[in-house]
Amino acid sequence: MSCAETLQSPFCIVRLDSTASAKVLLSRCILATGIYELLGHGDTYDALRDDVLSRSSRQLSQYRKLPFRFTLDCFQGTRSTRKQREIIESFGYLNLEGQISMKNAELDLWILEDYSLDTTKPKHSSEPKHLYLGRFLGSSGRKVVPVYDLKKRKYISTTSMDSELALVTANLALAVPGKLIYDPFTGTGSFPVACAHFGATVIGSDIDGRSIRGSKGRNVFSNFQQYGLEALYLDSFISDLTNTPLRKRRWLDGIVCDPPYGVREGLKVLGSPKPELQKEVRLKDGRIAHLQSDYIPPKRAYSFEAMLDDILDSAAAMLVDEGRLCMWMPTANDEDVELAIPAHPALEITSVCVQSFNKWSRRLLTYRRLPNCDIDQTAVRRRRELTSGATADELNSFRRKAS
Amino acid sequence: MKLLTLNFLTCARKACKTSAASFPLHPREAELEQVELDMNPQFIRNVLPRVEWEAMRSISQELGLPSLPDTAPGPEELADAEGGPTQILKDLHTLLMETTIASGKLLCANCGHEYAIKEGIANFLLPSHLV
Repeated sequence: MSCAETLQSPFCIVRLDSTASAKVLLSRCILATGIYELLGHGDTYDALRDDVLSRSSRQLSQYRKLPFRFTLDCFQGTRSTRKQREIIESFGYLNLEGQISMKNAELDLWILEDYSLDTTKPKHSSEPKHLYLGRFLGSSGRKVVPVYDLKKRKYISTTSMDSELALVTANLALAVPGKLIYDPFTGTGSFPVACAHFGATVIGSDIDGRSIRGSKGRNVFSNFQQYGLEALYLDSFISDLTNTPLRKRRWLDGIVCDPPYGVREGLKVLGSPKPELQKEVRLKDGRIAHLQSDYIPPKRAYSFEAMLDDILDSAAAMLVDEGRLCMWMPTANDEDVELAIPAHPALEITSVCVQSFNKWSRRLLTYRRLPNCDIDQTAVRRRRELTSGATADELNSFRRKAS
Repeated sequence: MKLLTLNFLTCARKACKTSAASFPLHPREAELEQVELDMNPQFIRNVLPRVEWEAMRSISQELGLPSLPDTAPGPEELADAEGGPTQILKDLHTLLMETTIASGKLLCANCGHEYAIKEGIANFLLPSHLV
């Protein structure tokens, strides 16, 4: 695949082996809206019409007798109805013989205009910088984004992942029917729901049992019921990544997560530095504290970087060959310290996506579990030294910088 | 908690990880529930090679469920000549996905620690002296 246009343009020219695979690809795509067979392109209408003749005469002869329609799409621009009609009629030179049919067109032609985003000029005065003629093949999977909109979800919290980004993450994790995908910071289940949408079976855990149990019948499981995805929900359980009950065997097809990094929620793991808690604690009446049903285990602050290392170690230990780890983490902006992308000899980075906010940004990292024979045996797994300190601010440099 | 999940769980204590006795965890005072779910043959086929059959057998025996065959069914036993689900596949679905522990405890045979299951959700958090 090659992106012919700059990142400023919403259009991208790709080379695929067939129109059938183009449709399949787009059906999974969340960020694109549609895909078209490219019949021609150019900077002016004259250049476009010439390009169509030289590039696509053979295809067009196959389509000549089909009922057809034209649509003009002006991206970041506008055209009057009269002008639109004028432009469409200028394609009369194609001599299409089929009937014009707005409802039952089998040849769905789109003229796509790309205007440069120049905010200094009023929209209507500018001319498009590039033009395309395409045959519409299919729309994308993007229509499910509003279906999973958090505003319509019955159980969410302040840290629930936006539905569009959760679906993108599930795509990068290669969620498909039959696979098993795990979220170690499941919260209200945003990632598992998105993975289940694509047919994967999901399992999640969280150190905070309240987020899984919810209240008043609204909980992680009820979100699966809301979307009719119950059959794909394996389980949720309460656990801490640093003291996980999961077996270190290669049984997961994917891991997706948005680890807590302390901007919204403090980063905590099990354990306490207090000397009196290092042995079994008894209540005043002699009962053992941790065996009581209302017992809340003590937690301590943890370094975000140590947690990233823990996640990568778990992924290396539990993913099958070619399994994916998709992980969100804060990047750093100019005024902040940049957090290095964590590395592991058994994991290869396949993509790094950046989402920019006003004052900070975050990355979506995707790793591929290498088959053992492809791992560089000379690479040494280096865990970062644990910073000494007791509070989240002492342990996490990016928190100090941000404040 | 579904019985399949037990296949992926061991004791949360780091000290127990190296001991063979920490897997599987043993259900105690388990209240079972059958929850009807749509069958997902593709998932069963994918996950079956990752199931520790011996452990699954002992868990279902401890729970008083019908005994499982000595060895795990092969992939060819899951679909009939027409590609439809066999009785073996249906039984696996019932056992692994539809049989759940609504409440009870999971015992580690190595250290004796018990993890509670409430409303189908197991709690693996440890007190500070066991971390």
